[in-house]
Formats: sequence, structure tokens, C-alpha cells
Amino acid sequence: MARYWVRRLKDRLAYGLGLLCVVGAIIPLGGILIEVARQGAAALSFEFLTSPPGPIGEPVGGIANAIQGSLIIIYLSTLIGVPLGVMTGIYLAEFGDNPLGRAIRFFSDVLTGLPSIVVGIFAYTMLVTALGSFSAIAGAVALAIIMLPIVARTTEESLKLVPSALREAALALGVRRWRTIVSVVLSAARSGIVTGIMLAVARIAGETAPLIMTILGSQWFFVGLNQPMDALPLRIWRLALLPYDYAQQQGWGAALVLILIVLSLNVAVRFAARGRYRGFR
Amino acid sequence: MAFRRRGWSVSMDAAFRVLAIVFACSVIFVLFLVALSLLGPALPILERFGPRFLTGVDWIPVVGREAYGALPYVLGTIVTSGIALLVGVPLSLGIAIFLAEMAPSVIRTPVSFIIELLAAVPSVIYGLWGLFVLRFWIRDYVEAPLSTYLGFLPVFQGTPFGLDILTGGVILAIMIVPTVSSVSREVLMAVPNGQREAAYSLGATRWEVVRVAVLAYARSGLVGAVILGLGRAVGETMAVTMVIGNAVGAAAIPTSLFKGGQTMASLIANEFNEADPVSLHPSALIGVGLILFVFALAINILARILVQRVLKTRGGVVE
Repeated sequence: MARYWVRRLKDRLAYGLGLLCVVGAIIPLGGILIEVARQGAAALSFEFLTSPPGPIGEPVGGIANAIQGSLIIIYLSTLIGVPLGVMTGIYLAEFGDNPLGRAIRFFSDVLTGLPSIVVGIFAYTMLVTALGSFSAIAGAVALAIIMLPIVARTTEESLKLVPSALREAALALGVRRWRTIVSVVLSAARSGIVTGIMLAVARIAGETAPLIMTILGSQWFFVGLNQPMDALPLRIWRLALLPYDYAQQQGWGAALVLILIVLSLNVAVRFAARGRYRGFR
Repeated sequence: MAFRRRGWSVSMDAAFRVLAIVFACSVIFVLFLVALSLLGPALPILERFGPRFLTGVDWIPVVGREAYGALPYVLGTIVTSGIALLVGVPLSLGIAIFLAEMAPSVIRTPVSFIIELLAAVPSVIYGLWGLFVLRFWIRDYVEAPLSTYLGFLPVFQGTPFGLDILTGGVILAIMIVPTVSSVSREVLMAVPNGQREAAYSLGATRWEVVRVAVLAYARSGLVGAVILGLGRAVGETMAVTMVIGNAVGAAAIPTSLFKGGQTMASLIANEFNEADPVSLHPSALIGVGLILFVFALAINILARILVQRVLKTRGGVVE
């Protein structure tokens, strides 16, 4: 066995290295946030937030149609993804202690790991090819599939946190199982489920790859569910690839708007979740 | 009356259960549909080129002299993900060990919060930052010195430009850190305290406890976390697309780190909207998507199995 001071030195060294790793991971986050805030703030203006893009090459216009498109697609995919996800979560938590439940849990984890561009191809073949046009609805389906496993697993986790005494109390009063789940368990776990939904929304709000092959992007405001549409992440990508200074500036502006939406959702969720888990323990 | 009402209610129970099962099975159904929706459109390319689609390097989407080979992009994905693991994994394990075993709780909570925020930043914003900021850092502070002092090595051939395989790998490394570090932290925290207490009672220092008692015990779970990160790196699209330089065909074979490359995902993102629907080009792109799907599926299944194995032993009950 080595001398004590050598071992102590190694211990200190390991602590220092760990700290260094943490700092190393925080640098890029800081870099991104500072850059987006600095460059993006310069692009923000009333016109930028309220008008659709101008003709390519002219430094006018804004991202209003992209913001509108993002809101629409978030709304639609939530409408599809949340009922599916919540029901899956209910099944996993309340009935899922069997081989089928384990299989579904496993495949839902696998679904989480599926590349989003592959989900995009799926929506392209199933909807864009079938309906004959790039469309808002195809994008919503793709994003709903990305939401599904996230909502399902967070719902399951929050239902499992509900004390079984609550279930037993309801059952003892003669309330049926389904009614207990819907009225007692779900409402006790409500804030946890909402947390999961908001996390999933934050995740899909920034998704870009599946939108390339579904909603395509557009210069105009929303015209219909079966028509191409714009969205913030897609607009950022297209702007970044244009060879004009103003386009890059607008790209940063759009990035600032997007990051504000996504990060505020995340921060809100963490703060909401903090009180809740303490409450149940 | 009471009897009938009770019967109705019992059947509602059964109906609710069936409804839940049907909705839950949608997960498996979707996965199955995804596989089908890739396989169908990819069939023409697989029939026409067979195994040459996997081993070929040409990529000529011109009707009349079409040729499609996915090898450069498969290699591009492997190399960029490899760089991501090489850079990202030591960093992530360092963070996980620091947060789970060493840091005082005053630091622990805010730091894990910040690292999770890193996961929330959309991939296209990483791409934007990579394209306009990181690219120049890499070119001036990493590639320039490497090129000057180690330029004779084959992997450092070419002029440092910043939009290349190295930058693609580095941005992936940054993106997998939150995944790998948070899963590893969970795995480390699942190691039963008895392990630690036994080592401490023998007089081990904190680092020795981690090395001997914790890391050894959590090994397969940590491997799972790393593979999960690999899964993320393999499927990541936008950030890589924006910094990798988008080479096509034989030029995309990753022979040097300072060369433009292409991954499977970036190829699809770049070319999907430009593919001529009467050619085999869309089919070829979806074929590449199919390869990517198989990669991601295999990686994820392996990772989940490994992580599950450790998390199941929580509380010291080894199955």
C-alpha cells in the first residue's frame, strides 16, 4: 500500500479532475447562451416579430409566420401525443406489472432513442406520399411520435408516486377501479403529468430534422392543415445557410426566440417539480 | 337495478383496461410501422444495387447514370460518433462521479440543473453556434497546432478549415455529455451503500472507494450509459449537418479529420428536399435511413439491457 500522502494526493487530484470536467461542460452552454443573447438581441425588433420573411436577399421581414407555425405544430402534436402518452402511462403504472407491460416499457425506451430524422421519414412515407403534399399534419404526427414515449414514461413515474393509500381509500368506498384511476389517481398526479407534457413540448419545439420532410417550410402564414407551413427551428436552419449577413442576424434572432421558449419551459418545469416530489415523500 | 348498475360498472372496468392496453400497444405498433415505412420505399434501391448499396462509394443522383453507395456515410457516422465518445465519455464520467460521489450537495443541485439545461438546447441552435462560433475555435486553437506539429500523420492531412469531421465530432461530444452524465449518475447512485461503507471501513480514501467499490460494481451500467450516448450521437442530425462540410461520394470517405465529411443523418437532411421523385434518389436516401434505423435500434436495445441490469440490483439484491 502506497504512503498515505500519496493516496491523499490522488484523492485531491480526482476531485480536481471532476471539477474540471464540470467546468468543461459548462463552457459550451455559457458560450451558446451568451452568443445567442448577444447576436439575437441585435436582430429583435417589432417588425422582426410581427412580419413574415421578405424576399430572399433583402434585409427586411421577420419570423412571425415561423412563430405561428411553431405554435400550431406544438398544439397539434400535443393534441395527438398527449392522450396516447397518458393512456400508455396509465397502463404501465396501473396494469403494467406483467410481460406485456415490461415489453411496452422497453419499446417505449427504444422509441425515445430513435433518431428524429427516421421518424420524419416515417411521416413522409405514411402521410406526405399518401396525401400527395407536404403538410402541417404530417409534421404534427412526427412530433407526436417523439412526444409519446416521453409523456408515457413521466406519466408512469408520477402515477407510481401516488401513495397506494389513496387508491385503497377510493376502492374501500366502493369506487370502481377505472373511476379511481381517472378521478383520484390522475388528479393526485396531475402536476407530475403536466411536468412531463411540458418537457415533451420543450423537446419537440426545437426539433428540426423531421420537419424538413414533413412541413417543408414556407414564406407565408398558415394556410391549411394539408399545406406546407413554417416553424422556428426550420427557419433558423434555412436562414443560417443563406449567404447574407442579414440572414445570419435573423437566424440568431429566431434562435433567441426559440431558446427563450424552450428554456423557460424547462426552468418552469424544474421549479414546479421541486415542491411536488418533496410533498409526496 | 343495483345488480345491473354493478354489471355495467364491472364492464366499464374491463373496457377501461382494454382501452389502456390498446393505447399502450400503440408504442409497439408505431415502432413496427416505422420499420415498415422505411423498408417499403427502400426496396427499389435494395433490389437494384443489392449489397453494393452497402459497400459502394459512388453517389450520383443523375437520372441515366445513377449510382448509390452508402459506405462513406456509414463510415462518417462511425468516425464522428467515435470522436464524440472519445471526447465526451471521459468528460461525462468525470461529471457523474463528481456529482454522485464527491460534490457537496450545495454544488450538486445547481450543477446537475445546468447540465440538464444543456440537454434542452435544441440541436439546430448547437448547429448555429457550431457554424458561426465553435468552427473558428476549433480551426484556430485545435486544428492549426495539430496541423503544424502533427501534420505528417495521415489523419491530420489537409488545410484546417473548421467545417469538417473533427468539428462534427466535437459538437456531438458536447451534445452527448448531458445524456451520458445523467444516466451514469443514476447508475452510480443505484450502487448500494454497503459497497461504499465496506471500502471506507477498510480505510480507503474517497477516490479509492469510487475506484474499487463503486465503479467496479456499476461497470455494466456505465457501459450502457455510454452506448446510450452513442445512440444519440449516431442519430443526431441538424448540428452535424451544419458543421460537417457536406462532402458527397468518394470525397466523403473519412480519411482525414480535416476533411469535409457526411453522416447518414446529415446526408438525408441535406438532400431530401432536392431528390428528384422519378429517380432512385429518394429511395436511396430512405435506404440510408433504414441503415441508420438498424444502427440506432441495435445500439439502444443493447444500452437499455445493460442499464436495466444495474438499476434492477438497487438495494443490493443481485438477481
